[in-house]
Amino acid sequence: MTNFVGWIDDRFPLTKVWNEHLAQYYAPRNFNFWYFFGSLAILMLVNQIVTGIWLTMHYKPDAAMAFASVEYIMRDVEWGWLLRYLHSTGASMFFVVIYLHMFRALLYGSYKQPRELLWIFGMVIYVALMAEAFMGYLLPWGQMSFWGAQVIISLFGAIPYVGEGLAQWIRGDFVISDATLNRFFAFHVIAVPLVLCALVFLHIVALHKVGSNNPDGVEIKNNKDENGIPLDGIPFHPYYSVKDIAGVVVFLFVFSIIVFFAPEMNGYFLEKDNFVPANPLKTPEHIAPLWYFTPFYAILRAVPDKLGGVIAMGGAIAILFVLPWLDRSPVKSMRYRGMLSKLALGIFVISFFALGWLGMQAATPEFTILARIFSLIYFAFFILMPFYTKMETTKPVPERVT
Amino acid sequence: MSTDGVDLKKRRFLTLATTAVGAVGAGFVAVPFIASMQPSARARAAGAPVEADISKLEPGQLMRVEWRGKPVWIVRRTAEALETLAKLESKLADPASDESAQPQNAKNAHRSIKEEYFIAVGICTHLGCSPSFVPDPGGDLGSDWLGGFFCPCHGSRFDIAGRVYAGVPAPLNLEVPPHTYISDSRIVIGDVGGAA
Repeated sequence: MTNFVGWIDDRFPLTKVWNEHLAQYYAPRNFNFWYFFGSLAILMLVNQIVTGIWLTMHYKPDAAMAFASVEYIMRDVEWGWLLRYLHSTGASMFFVVIYLHMFRALLYGSYKQPRELLWIFGMVIYVALMAEAFMGYLLPWGQMSFWGAQVIISLFGAIPYVGEGLAQWIRGDFVISDATLNRFFAFHVIAVPLVLCALVFLHIVALHKVGSNNPDGVEIKNNKDENGIPLDGIPFHPYYSVKDIAGVVVFLFVFSIIVFFAPEMNGYFLEKDNFVPANPLKTPEHIAPLWYFTPFYAILRAVPDKLGGVIAMGGAIAILFVLPWLDRSPVKSMRYRGMLSKLALGIFVISFFALGWLGMQAATPEFTILARIFSLIYFAFFILMPFYTKMETTKPVPERVT
Repeated sequence: MSTDGVDLKKRRFLTLATTAVGAVGAGFVAVPFIASMQPSARARAAGAPVEADISKLEPGQLMRVEWRGKPVWIVRRTAEALETLAKLESKLADPASDESAQPQNAKNAHRSIKEEYFIAVGICTHLGCSPSFVPDPGGDLGSDWLGGFFCPCHGSRFDIAGRVYAGVPAPLNLEVPPHTYISDSRIVIGDVGGAA
């Protein structure tokens, strides 16, 4: 065995990579619940890729056949219903995991120096994932697929001068059509997944360069023993590989319950109107995107101007990219920050949920006013961050992790 | 490796020149990839003008024809409906249709070539939903509703000439497509009659 590994090591850095990234990669010893979601995100990526490959074996990316081929997968293909529900539920659960993963970064200041680039790679993954989910949602060719894509591609039309031409170039036709479906299929099954895998690789390379943050926000590299090993670090493998497996088991319990008992989640994971084939001449009464886009959709609708709405929605995502430079707090973790930061984060989370709920409702005048208030809070969290993080008094940060 | 006798200036020039030529080549290669995503010849052919027979359309009725995959409405307006146009001017965002899209011969008070017939693309100028035809005054849309089009997606309102109300999400009046009458009962949508 040693000889075999030795033979490989002479030709490929197997043991070196194993040690650098797993067996001798030292992670802080105080990881908690919030640190499950990185590895769970990888699990969901693998789930989406594997079930996706199997779905393409039966799916037809053709406007005349797409809707029927999805029903064919659901009814006639052996275990097709399971593959499809694993994929559709997996998409929603992927976003659940990603949102919790991002919240962890907000909670413990994991985007702060020296992890700015790690955060930016993560944000690019998030944007790529939104594109992936949006294009995937067109493929079943239901009413919501069609009109959702119509609304979102029309957003590009709001850009002055080039907008209409750009929207037409994206559609490949004057309206959403077979050409649009076919190219979205190409992007969804190969182009964006390749980009996603490359970005995940870069995200992990950046993480292993700077090392993981932790709930105390203490740099474990500042306290090393005589061998250069962080005193508060433990090897990722076996300690965290085993911990993450326990997380995977619990997560799969929840995931399986949804897949087997509530795959449509009462219209939240698969919308009811999407069980009607796309009809270009008839708009459904009420159009809403899937839940993971609704906070941004609510911001879009809150602005009574077409271009302004598009700018606000884009800005709501773009502002997350500069988060590392908005936060002026001398400490990373929420544990040692003052009341202002804690209050701001709490209100931000409430407004994010409220916007998500409002984005699913019809835009009545009362809801529109609420959406405007919560949109302002959403932006205030970021714009006021340089001030409240600097003003408040922070608690002393311990030398070592607790 | 010895660097004696190497003309670094020349080497730098050649590196830059090669890079520049390569970038230009990459730019040219990008053209077919980007252009292939434009509407194909078949999609453009499907965008050809369509003919519609309006002889059976009664006053107050709306008929739909498909042009470039979009719903196009032909509405035969009643005299009462046409009277509402002047009353609404103050409530509209663009009453004279200065910002909106229509052929020159339909840029008038009734936004059509013939006063009675209104032809428009049935797609909301906000985010592309297809509004509903609500010709009767009053009803669910309030007592000051005088008839027109209502978009259920985001609540935009248009009058019977497709002009948008002020204070709704849609920024512009409904688009009037280029069209021409080839006889009293037949129109061609997508063709301005010789000019195009």
